[in-house]
Amino acid sequence: MRPAVLTGEHYITGDEACAEGAMAAGCMFFGGYPITPATEVAEHMSVRLPEVGGTFIQMEDEIAAMASIIGASWAGQKSMTSTSGPGFSLMMENIGLAVCTETPCVVVNVQRAGPSTGLPTMGAQGDMMQARWGSHGHYEIIALSPSSGQEIFNQTITAFNLSEKYRVPVLLMTDEVIGHMSEKVVIPNASEIRTISRPKPKGRKDRFKLYQPAENGVAPMPSAGDGYKIHVTGLTHDERGYPVMTVEAQAEMTDRIVRKIRDNRHDIIMTDSYNLEDAEIILVSYGISARTSLAAMHMARSSGMKVGFLKLNTIWPFAEEKIAELAQRARAFITVEINYGQIHLEVMRSATGRADCHLVGHAGGTVITPEQVMAKIKEIY
Amino acid sequence: METPNVYAYKLITRKEYFSPGHRACQGCAEVLAVRLVSKALGRDTIVASATGCMEIVSSPIPFTNWRVPWIHVAFENAAAVASGVEAGIKVLMRKGRIPKKKINFIAMAGDGGTSDIGVQALSGALERGHDFTYICYDNEAYMNTGIQRSSSTPFGAATTTSPAGSVVPGQVTWKKNMPEIAAAHNIPYVATACPSYPIDLIEKIKKAARTKGPAYVHILSVCPTGWRMPPEHAIKAGRLAVETGIFPLYEVDKGRYRLTVKVENLRPVGDYLKMQGRFRHLDEGMIEVIQKRVDKEYKKLIKKME
Repeated sequence: MRPAVLTGEHYITGDEACAEGAMAAGCMFFGGYPITPATEVAEHMSVRLPEVGGTFIQMEDEIAAMASIIGASWAGQKSMTSTSGPGFSLMMENIGLAVCTETPCVVVNVQRAGPSTGLPTMGAQGDMMQARWGSHGHYEIIALSPSSGQEIFNQTITAFNLSEKYRVPVLLMTDEVIGHMSEKVVIPNASEIRTISRPKPKGRKDRFKLYQPAENGVAPMPSAGDGYKIHVTGLTHDERGYPVMTVEAQAEMTDRIVRKIRDNRHDIIMTDSYNLEDAEIILVSYGISARTSLAAMHMARSSGMKVGFLKLNTIWPFAEEKIAELAQRARAFITVEINYGQIHLEVMRSATGRADCHLVGHAGGTVITPEQVMAKIKEIY
Repeated sequence: METPNVYAYKLITRKEYFSPGHRACQGCAEVLAVRLVSKALGRDTIVASATGCMEIVSSPIPFTNWRVPWIHVAFENAAAVASGVEAGIKVLMRKGRIPKKKINFIAMAGDGGTSDIGVQALSGALERGHDFTYICYDNEAYMNTGIQRSSSTPFGAATTTSPAGSVVPGQVTWKKNMPEIAAAHNIPYVATACPSYPIDLIEKIKKAARTKGPAYVHILSVCPTGWRMPPEHAIKAGRLAVETGIFPLYEVDKGRYRLTVKVENLRPVGDYLKMQGRFRHLDEGMIEVIQKRVDKEYKKLIKKME
């Protein structure tokens, strides 16, 4: 029997690193469904979870997989599912349910090229806007995007922590390339891994209100069986959780689930900066394309061009203030992503016309090369 | 006609509507079943095919094995798309846009696409009573994504998401009985088949296609890759599934049950289980558990024929 944290150096795929990250974060339930290129996450969890007394269930489809992790979360367990494009689409209604009921859970999307069945075995980054707006209604959500096996491991833990802290589904947007690529992943000692669990309610059980927010805007969350009388519903509800069909209740509830993310954005948004101080052109990227961009930046610097790179680790909520600030001094942004311009639109929005915004992207199926980014840099430098 | 228990090849058309050159694994009995089904249906056929092995091996451009109109749909909706095709063609015929003639509307999916993600669409189509035939090619796991369990995976089988280890002994649930679920919709025709019995299979597909209203045919399709066995044993495995009573070949014709391949004395299930790597970890005790279950289910089925 192996422990939850496999301290040591490993040579594993990104999908396996994701599963190990979940184990290290304290995930005890995985509801899965096979889909290329995310299947290996589920396969690995089916072996690992029984070793620590956790539960792996293969569900009958992605709708059920997403629903099952909501149930497991209300039963008090840290829960996760993994999928790719078509399954992500099927999960959307229940992702909205998790948002509305403020249910902590982690959804991994190992992106492949779409639309529809697309290129199941080939990577893309085309689901970024779906991650933001895929479920109906107006809400805020957290999405992260790692760019290597090590980052997948680290960010899976971060995803659980943010999810537990803010009671919101966190979407881990990886892609086929890093999901299937084998790399060195270092797993630290268990004592060095910081994990967060959802705030639990205290005080009198008969006066408990399910959605009465604490100071940071997030309400403590009891589990089924804790003795609290709770009403969990996807209908618009008041602080007690009871359905209320009024304009006021709708405004109050929506405001709460939006504000708890927006007001805490500085805690949630993570970026890495490379050579931004004197940069005239700034590359903006995430996921596998971040590695392309970093290489392109070094190429540009070695030929004397003042190019910097902003790596987005958190995609949603978007780092709009950071972009707005950089737009004051940089001449242009180049967003590098494997789609026809999704985060590119966000960069444009955030730059508010103060800097030119360009895109290096394509429809998916392979990575973007540093040379393609270089060509764009040369074109506009 | 009574099904002869021999391969009377002269009774089968030489015409191929599913052409050679597909990309299925060596020894794939599922693709053999597709070929036999295509022969039984002939050219006036439209096929809606869910995501799965048969889609992948038969359709990558510039190649296709389909000599009939064929549409690839999403994983969960073969029956729903076939419903639309059937209803649409009916309108075209009614309005005189295309000549009125018998067309076989076929929905096909694997066991995952049928008994897991596709069961809702299937149930809806059976309930609405579309004039179509649904064919489940059951290789007892998600083979296309690399051998994950489905609800059609038999008890005890090791897959990549029901791995056999010290805690979990492989698949812990019993195979979902899809033919019975289809029959519970009171549709006019339900049958089980296996390409190890080609004439029986062809007769059933022809009957299903002739049937006015929905028909459901469940075909056990041996997968040497996923079942961990030599490809040359695929046909033998199919025969043993029938001869052990694990997968009886029968039909439910307007509610009347009939065994189409009668087995005088059932063989012990071990004969079937022991030839497959996916059951390698089973001890005699587990085999006995499976034997009891098979005996019970077989008796239940026979009782329905009385």
